[in-house]
Amino acid sequence: MAAWLELDRLGLHESGTHIVEDVTLSLSAPRTVVLGPNGAGKSTLLRLIHGLLHPSNGALRWPRPLSQAMVFQRPAMLRTTAIANVIYGLKLRGHGANVRERRAVAALDHVGLAHLAQRPARLLSGGEQQRVALARAWALEPELLILDEPTASLDPASTREVERIVGEIAGAGARILMTTHNLGQARRMADEIVFIDRGRIVEQTPAEQFFSTPRTEAAQRFLQEEAP
Amino acid sequence: MTTLGDSFLTAWQLVAAADTQLGSIVWLSLRVSLAATLIACVVGMPVGALLAVGRFPGRRVLIVLFNGLMGLPPVVVGLLVYLLLSRAGPLGQFGLLFSPTAMIIAQAILVTPIVTALTRQVVADEWSEYREQLRSLGASRARAAATLLWDGRFSLTTAGLAGFGRAIAEVGAVMIVGGNIDGVTRVMTTTIALETSKGDLPLALALGFVLIAVVLSINAVAYALRGWAERRWG
Repeated sequence: MAAWLELDRLGLHESGTHIVEDVTLSLSAPRTVVLGPNGAGKSTLLRLIHGLLHPSNGALRWPRPLSQAMVFQRPAMLRTTAIANVIYGLKLRGHGANVRERRAVAALDHVGLAHLAQRPARLLSGGEQQRVALARAWALEPELLILDEPTASLDPASTREVERIVGEIAGAGARILMTTHNLGQARRMADEIVFIDRGRIVEQTPAEQFFSTPRTEAAQRFLQEEAP
Repeated sequence: MTTLGDSFLTAWQLVAAADTQLGSIVWLSLRVSLAATLIACVVGMPVGALLAVGRFPGRRVLIVLFNGLMGLPPVVVGLLVYLLLSRAGPLGQFGLLFSPTAMIIAQAILVTPIVTALTRQVVADEWSEYREQLRSLGASRARAAATLLWDGRFSLTTAGLAGFGRAIAEVGAVMIVGGNIDGVTRVMTTTIALETSKGDLPLALALGFVLIAVVLSINAVAYALRGWAERRWG
């Protein structure tokens, strides 16, 4: 598989401490999950890739520029209807009114919220808000969807629903790059695992192998500690 | 000599009878202060939002400046506008001194920093919640500022009302640039000051009642609006 992103000695320092250091990585799997202990730099790595943060050293190389969308742990909903939140993202990308309307309706339908389209977004449940956020991302038809612990504050039913939706977005051809603290979720979602600790890459392994026979001791310990 | 009780009674009668002199004074007060607040909002809200989300040199200095100017003494603003508008001043040719327009200008200057500083605070809080999402979607900072102004519209009513409260209650600026001319530039606060010094307590008291009623009812409406908005939009 050809890489869709290469990171070359990527680093981010803030006030003397290394948040991400010397990350060299070639991403080619359709669905990559970044795992690691708290504070390992998972979210930071995602933000560097998405362009929300600028690296202190190193470089990102995109063989072909990919259109991106990102879903955050806590969905930020504007004080308007669910569908207007989806339309807002499309408006910022410069789509015309017809396209916006059509795509927003379709995206809300895909996430199973067509019936709540006209509801005030902030009054929806946490799980519903996250699905609106997924619809907002999906409507942009991204080639790369980045998710930062999208189910961290959700109940199991909402979590399964989010996983289903992300699976469908992947099925539609988007590459997926996500973090999670839920090992079951990583097992279900990932083709490949990137394991990081203290800002450094520890190992990059096909998912099946990572969960059966991780190559590094650090990953073995992590799996034992995090296992339910 | 009228007793305090008589004054209260006469004051109520003036209010109850919708006395024309009283009415015209109240009407001018509202007109001047509403116009000044409107100008302050049109200027101060976008500036406040840009101060909250923008990144440009001098931003911190401006924030400190606007926060400081919230406490601008009305008489000093009055004096400055007086100098600007007086015959010999740079804007003297327009003949605006001692007109309601001059009073609007003075109050707008007084209130703009209040609206700006309060708007900046509201939008800065919103920005910390939405920042990553808006940047992820590709919003420019100007676009983000506009989005957050609209999103914070109910919280921002507080900023506008704080400005209006300041405008309607101040005496110094309108006294100096308006001149307190009977039937032309006499507003509630200046009339209260004048009538009290003349000893005509009923009219002063009646205006005092109206002034308090205006301020209270505006705050009640704002409170109700925010409560409604909270339930409606979260």
